[in-house]
Amino acid sequence: MSTTTKPVNQKAWFLVLPVIVCVAFSAILPLMTVVNYSVQDILSPDRRIFVGTEWFAAVMRDQDLHGALWRQIQFSLAVLLVEIPLGIALALSMPAQGWKASAVLVIVALSLLIPWNVVGTIWQIFGRADIGLLGYYLQQAGFNYSYTGNASHAWWTVLAMDVWHWTPLVALLAYAGLRSIPDAYYQAASIDGASKWAVFRYIQLPKMRGVLMIAVLLRFMDSFMIYTEPFVLTGGGPGSATTFLSQYLTTKAVGQFDVGPAAAFSLIYFFIILLFCFVLYNWMQSLGTTQKEASHG
Amino acid sequence: MARIELDLAHAYKANPQRDEDYALLPLTMTFEDGGAYALLGPSGCGKTTMLNIMSGLLQPSQGTVKFDGRDVTRLSPQQRNIAQVFQFPVIYDTMTVAENLAFPLKNRKVPAREIQERVGRIAEMLEMSHQLDMRAAGLSADQKQKISLGRGLVRSDVSAVLFDEPLTVIDPHLKWQLRRKLKQIHHELKLTLIYVTHDQVEALTFADEVVVMTRGRAVQVGPAEALFERPAHTFVGHFIGSPGMNFLPAHHEAGQLQILNQSIDVSGERRLPPGPLTLGIRPEYLVLSATGKTDTLPAQVLRVQDIGTYLMVTCQLGDLNLKARMSPEAAAPQPGDTVHLQVLGDHTCFYQNEVLVK
Amino acid sequence: MNERRFKKRTLFLIAYLIFALLPIYWMVNMSFKTNQEILSSFTLWPQEFTWANYQTIFTDPSWYSGYINSLIYVAINTVISLTVALPAAYAFSRYRFLGDKHVFFWLLTNRMTPPAVFLLPFFQLYTTMGLMDTHIAVAMAHLLFNVPLAVWILEGFMSGIPREIDETAYVDGYSFPRFFFTIFLPLIKAGVGVAAFFCFMFSWVELLLARTLTSVNAKPIVATMTRTVSASGMDWATLAAAGVLTIVPGAIVIWFVRHYIAKGFAMGRV
Repeated sequence: MSTTTKPVNQKAWFLVLPVIVCVAFSAILPLMTVVNYSVQDILSPDRRIFVGTEWFAAVMRDQDLHGALWRQIQFSLAVLLVEIPLGIALALSMPAQGWKASAVLVIVALSLLIPWNVVGTIWQIFGRADIGLLGYYLQQAGFNYSYTGNASHAWWTVLAMDVWHWTPLVALLAYAGLRSIPDAYYQAASIDGASKWAVFRYIQLPKMRGVLMIAVLLRFMDSFMIYTEPFVLTGGGPGSATTFLSQYLTTKAVGQFDVGPAAAFSLIYFFIILLFCFVLYNWMQSLGTTQKEASHG
Repeated sequence: MARIELDLAHAYKANPQRDEDYALLPLTMTFEDGGAYALLGPSGCGKTTMLNIMSGLLQPSQGTVKFDGRDVTRLSPQQRNIAQVFQFPVIYDTMTVAENLAFPLKNRKVPAREIQERVGRIAEMLEMSHQLDMRAAGLSADQKQKISLGRGLVRSDVSAVLFDEPLTVIDPHLKWQLRRKLKQIHHELKLTLIYVTHDQVEALTFADEVVVMTRGRAVQVGPAEALFERPAHTFVGHFIGSPGMNFLPAHHEAGQLQILNQSIDVSGERRLPPGPLTLGIRPEYLVLSATGKTDTLPAQVLRVQDIGTYLMVTCQLGDLNLKARMSPEAAAPQPGDTVHLQVLGDHTCFYQNEVLVK
Repeated sequence: MNERRFKKRTLFLIAYLIFALLPIYWMVNMSFKTNQEILSSFTLWPQEFTWANYQTIFTDPSWYSGYINSLIYVAINTVISLTVALPAAYAFSRYRFLGDKHVFFWLLTNRMTPPAVFLLPFFQLYTTMGLMDTHIAVAMAHLLFNVPLAVWILEGFMSGIPREIDETAYVDGYSFPRFFFTIFLPLIKAGVGVAAFFCFMFSWVELLLARTLTSVNAKPIVATMTRTVSASGMDWATLAAAGVLTIVPGAIVIWFVRHYIAKGFAMGRV
């Protein structure tokens, strides 16, 4: 088997160039604009004052921001804690082949393809006591369920909606990872007398590490940026119980048209996510590097 | 260590009608306890199917598998206590070498001290004692295959070790090392070893007896010399040897052997059945004589290749290409020369319907 | 013992499938009712079954054009994303080059940026370029997050193919394009399928950018539906029907790539 280290080839840059062009166009130019706005106070098209870090400081002091940030962290953690294990469990229970595999695949993936505002609308209806299946039966069971009035109920509903919406993403990634494990591993484990749990822990989980990293990163990022679904479902309420970061930002930018602070916060927002992801990414890379190289051997 | 007896067939479909419906045509075979066997044949001949039936990863559609007289047909590989080494190394990436080797014993709740002792002994046998605490995932392919093998050997009561083309991903210059190691282990532990391969060199050097298979049928079982000298089937003659046997179509009628347009008298020699036959002679035994004797066939030399240790002469007889090996010191003919091929001899074999005529 | 575990898994699977389908069933249920029935009574299936809602959508251009517009920009985006991502993923998978790890991570960071951040800048950018309200604008805007994801997914799958296969092909005299298309691509079919699926998915469901960059000509279905919500009386029935119809293209896409997702890829069986 040849070496597992990759050869150096600077000409590979040409292969990467199209991607960089596409993404840079969509990313760098706008980002520059945002940076531009974040350090200026635009009183009118002709009158711009450089204010340095004033907006940043103002935003950081904002109590609303602290509240939204704290809620957001709680939400994202809850999402990861529920969706990752649930997704893995789902992938393990999905059939591997045959028509059943295809049917299950389609049903499971359905929720991913529903436009996010429709997801919000579905659950908005679903949870209503008058016209919704969930709301109606909960009321019948004597449970005074109201996601508009009760903050705790709103939280659980938003969480349930997200789990319903996004667990299939984790499941599909884990499923693809599972399908790529050659049969010989299962056969060897059977010969070695390994229990189902040992098979999961020593074969399936390690081999899924790559896809699970993608899943964890994606779910963290997306849950941290969530906007449409909770906005449609609860509007951020009751009060600000379910107001997360993106809604806070959008309200500031669009609602109050405070472009300066909004731009400043955008950058802060971006860097928070960046930091978390950088840490997560490196941590999982360190866990997986030897394993990744070995899997080529 | 066990004696394995097979009396089975394996078909793809429920009601097999023709030969093509079978992955393994009905066969009976015995693998003696402690013997080293090779299942040799081209892709699709059924050798891996047979291996998987022996290991328990596959159930034969009909028939039985017996270990030491015990019917194990319905038992799992674990229950049969076999070990299998696959085409690519199968190891537990997250564990160290020692943990990998200890795994089967741990699952059987063997006491820790005994585990340590067994692991140490096997590691030493495999020359991996210094790597016991290294992460298995970072090792090279041949070392990983040794670990795979080790996991099988670590159980003291393993009934047989089955190999499914285990050297496929190993670098060529390391293959011989592993082969030698396998022979050493066989010598030391006296286990029943069954080795599947499509490489005749591997099979012939590794095994005491080779099972040559083609299209679901085992056409010959025997040691290397038997396969070489007396192939029981034209396939064996063709597959074994580099290059394989030369075949000439012939017709036997009343003591006269008709080959192409020649007639050779064979009445004094062995008793051959009448009718169409195939004459087989290996390049090693095809003698080129300069002058034509009564029982030789004239042929045209096409080319002479110097392989180093011998010369390979390709001749044309009618529309057949025949190959002959000559010693490098012999007087080599030139392309275009006419030579006389002595096809009859002690090593010539006759085949009727592809089967050897005794 | 295997039987028992098997049963537990099947039960769990069925439980999840019910959980997954319940809200959708409810929406389908509503789509066949009239608004009157929805607001007045609670029924598990339509008492007065009606096709009217679907009829509205299929006959009213403001509704069905939304679907067509969405499909157009999603298709453009998926094709571009895959086309540029494949060579890049190959480069990341097979070679080391100056700044490779940093570029890879930078790509990922674009996926991490909240779309809200780009609202205003995008608006200005595309207006300046005269591309407002075009399909290509939305397709290009979505490249921001789809291309990094495609590169990431494809790189993961490509790294699972041993480099020996590339080397063998070169030794056998294959040119790079021929090797890539005839040998390599079939091996990573699953990866291409998964990447295409995600590109389609994230582009199809995205609301904020799609709505910001379009007004009339390229107005996607997601924007049309929000119009319903902001109308004075909630048109639940039509909304439900529209919602049901948004699932259809996605279901078709899953159906086509199901084999690739399910089969994964083989290790070294060239």
